Amino acid sequence: METSSSSSSSSSSSSCMKWSCENGYQPHVLAVDDNLVDRKLVEKLLKNSSCKVTTAENGASALEFLGLLDEHNQHTNFEECSNRSKVNMIITDYCMPGMSGYELLKKIKRSSMMKEVPVVVVSSENVPTRINKCLEEGAEMFMLKPLKQSDVVKLKCHFMN
Amino acid sequence: MEDVIHLQTQLLHYKVSLFKEGYLNDQFKELESLEDESNPKFVEEVVAIFFEDSHRLINELTKALEQKCIDFKKVDAYVHQLKGSSSSIGANKVQMACIAFRNYCHDMNIQGCLKCLQHVKEEFALVKNKLETLFKVEKEFLDANASNPII
Repeated sequence: METSSSSSSSSSSSSCMKWSCENGYQPHVLAVDDNLVDRKLVEKLLKNSSCKVTTAENGASALEFLGLLDEHNQHTNFEECSNRSKVNMIITDYCMPGMSGYELLKKIKRSSMMKEVPVVVVSSENVPTRINKCLEEGAEMFMLKPLKQSDVVKLKCHFMN
Repeated sequence: MEDVIHLQTQLLHYKVSLFKEGYLNDQFKELESLEDESNPKFVEEVVAIFFEDSHRLINELTKALEQKCIDFKKVDAYVHQLKGSSSSIGANKVQMACIAFRNYCHDMNIQGCLKCLQHVKEEFALVKNKLETLFKVEKEFLDANASNPII
């Protein structure tokens, strides 16, 4: 698990970005991806958009960070409760070994604590059935990898204000 | 002064050739656009991660395809990873080689897979060499420009 904040504000001219920067608002995004290159890339994209980022390399550690690992006892320790309350958005890769992004999405949307948090699923493959089932399960958006800066600006405007 | 201009021209020509010859695609330009003063070595860092990760995946693929009983699902998973990371940095030819590789995995075609592994190894070695050269030429230009600024 790694968390980092951006130190410089973005130079994008869209109005919602300006508002966010002027108010010092730094949304906290949890990004889940088993691919190291992609984790580094999504982290930079988010930091460039003035987001605080925590990365996780699999669904289990994402759930652990959010304090959702134990389904029956979601009121875990203070740190996990605090992590949960700070996360404004979750971006997860679809194809991951062990728990897939779809399975992670389901667990988040079925938890009483985290179901309101927007979850975006990303994938390198454009498979309509895959996209539909994620949207049906409550994903806010499905995006194709590799992500671009414009994609992240869009996400911030829609889901993190 | 002339040296700096010469180095800049050399750098630009080399970069253009990498795109023209299909070693890199627009995704690499996207990476470059993410670089800023807070992280001026971002592209090199990501590329270094790509090199290390690809070495690991190629080793795993070699081992997996040497097994008596090949686990094609495992092979496909490794190729999927390599396709993903090469796509994310814009290593176009490596990405294309991975796509062909996955088709042979799905068909459980051993000979096809072995050929593709060879092709992936070659393309990876080529793009690694090209990118290392690019960074070297870039550094030469930046160092010369620092002592004799033209930009």
